Amino acid sequence: MIVFDKLVKQYPGGYTALDGVSLQIAPGELVVLSGHSGAGKSTLLKLIPAIERPTSGTVRIGEQDISRLPRRAVPYLRRNIGMVLQESRLLFDRSVYDNILLPLIINGHPPGDAARRVGAALDLVGLHGREKEFPAGLSGGEQQRAAIARAFVNRPSILIADEPTAHLDPAYAAEIAELFKSFNGAGVTVLVATHDVSLFRHWAPRRIALARGRLMEE
Amino acid sequence: MRNWLYLHSRAFVQALKRLGGQPFGTLLSALVMGVALALPAGGYILLDNIAVLARGVSGTPEISLFLDGKADSARAEAIESRLRAEPDLASFRFVPRDEALKQLESSGLGDVLGGITVNPLPDAFVVTLRGDDPELFETLSARIRGWPGVAHVQLDSAWVKRLSALVGLGRTVVLVLAVLLGLTLVIVTFNTIRLQILTQKNEIEVSRLLGATDRFIRRPFYWFGGLQGVFGGLVALGAVWIGMDVLAEPVAKVAETYGAAVALGGPGWLESLVTVAFAIALGWLGAAISVRRHLAET
Ligand SMILES: Nc1ncnc2c1ncn2[C@@H]1O[C@H](COP(=O)(O)OP(=O)(O)O)[C@@H](O)[C@H]1O
Ligand SMILES: [Mg+2]
Repeated sequence: MIVFDKLVKQYPGGYTALDGVSLQIAPGELVVLSGHSGAGKSTLLKLIPAIERPTSGTVRIGEQDISRLPRRAVPYLRRNIGMVLQESRLLFDRSVYDNILLPLIINGHPPGDAARRVGAALDLVGLHGREKEFPAGLSGGEQQRAAIARAFVNRPSILIADEPTAHLDPAYAAEIAELFKSFNGAGVTVLVATHDVSLFRHWAPRRIALARGRLMEE
Repeated sequence: MRNWLYLHSRAFVQALKRLGGQPFGTLLSALVMGVALALPAGGYILLDNIAVLARGVSGTPEISLFLDGKADSARAEAIESRLRAEPDLASFRFVPRDEALKQLESSGLGDVLGGITVNPLPDAFVVTLRGDDPELFETLSARIRGWPGVAHVQLDSAWVKRLSALVGLGRTVVLVLAVLLGLTLVIVTFNTIRLQILTQKNEIEVSRLLGATDRFIRRPFYWFGGLQGVFGGLVALGAVWIGMDVLAEPVAKVAETYGAAVALGGPGWLESLVTVAFAIALGWLGAAISVRRHLAET
């Protein structure tokens, strides 16, 4: 259970990106977060892995109060949260394989097990056979799929995605939406922020809309 | 433990790759470090050689201790047993006053002393030391000076004292040099690592998003600094070897004029190890300071 309670986020400079958001997300839910640019979608997502901290209010995951988590505990929180951002944020100086391996190394996985998991993740996103290539050699959609494999390889219980299809052709975007649906089918809580709500309409997800930092649940 | 080793070996390989990825910069850093370290290391080894050279010229250092007039045979025996108990003595020899007088007479000074009926010379011991450490020489003679029945202690040559002072001064200069250059090298590594962190800003950020601890992120930079130290230390050793080689002939010629055959000894295993270890410590320290300072900001 992810619980946002009376969240306010004010950026330095005084801009209020979130203005009293209260929201509960059950384990295993698929949530699509929509809203105009500047509505506060990214800010809301960033509060979950403690990339940003709330000005007031709390964020809880299960029993854990994320808003008051000490800095040294943050890495361990993030290992349980897969993240896909608008830019793939792959490391361009290493192979696709090594990119997907990175979270497992960080998490201290034994090498043999790690290799199996990377293989499985590559299969899942349809990049099998491309693992030796470098990200620059992949199309935008393939890069995004590699990023999704990286986000999922650690088998996190929560997956957050911030406009993962923004730069993609509709056909690619649909594939990506399909991937998120399959993760959700495996029991992962999935939160996707997107302009393109229609992408997910077949899955009948829970839809949440933000406008100027306030919630307008549909 | 195994995981810890695995993470370190990964960080080590990563650091090696980063060093290998910029061979020119790595070479330059190693040269800067090596040349800077070669100065104190070479100085230290040169001083060692000077000490050996001096030994060759002076022969074994001796201490003469003269007993006071009241000393009887019991006193002399007491001093003898004390000398026997000293661990640093190679040998000692008792010179009775009569024998000293005879020596003096046979040396041709008998005429000068002619007519003296009372022997004015005291009994004496002549002591040779096991080592030739000037400091040992000093402390031992100072200790003997305090023994009852000893009237006077004489070091066989004043220049031993002078040499000891000179070598001591040289050591201090080398030490100061090592500290100053060491500081410079820490700053150099600090800056190299700072640039590394800047070029790897993206990788650091991504790793953090994926749950990397600060410790995980710092590790390769420590290895980077340490490896730079290894290369720098090896360059320093090379420079010292070459320097010794160049100096060998002129030094041998100088020694010849003193009637001593001297071969300059290069750095031994211990000196080499200490030099490289010192370089590693400097690199590691520079990296540690840099990483702690700059990772907090990114
Ligand atoms: N780091 C930041 N500093 C200052 N203002 C920010 C920062 N990040 C976002 N904002 C502002 O907060 C508002 C909400 O931003 P964001 O959460 O990115 O919205 P969305 O993702 O819905 O487009 C925007 O007006 C944006 O300019
Ligand atoms: Mg956004």
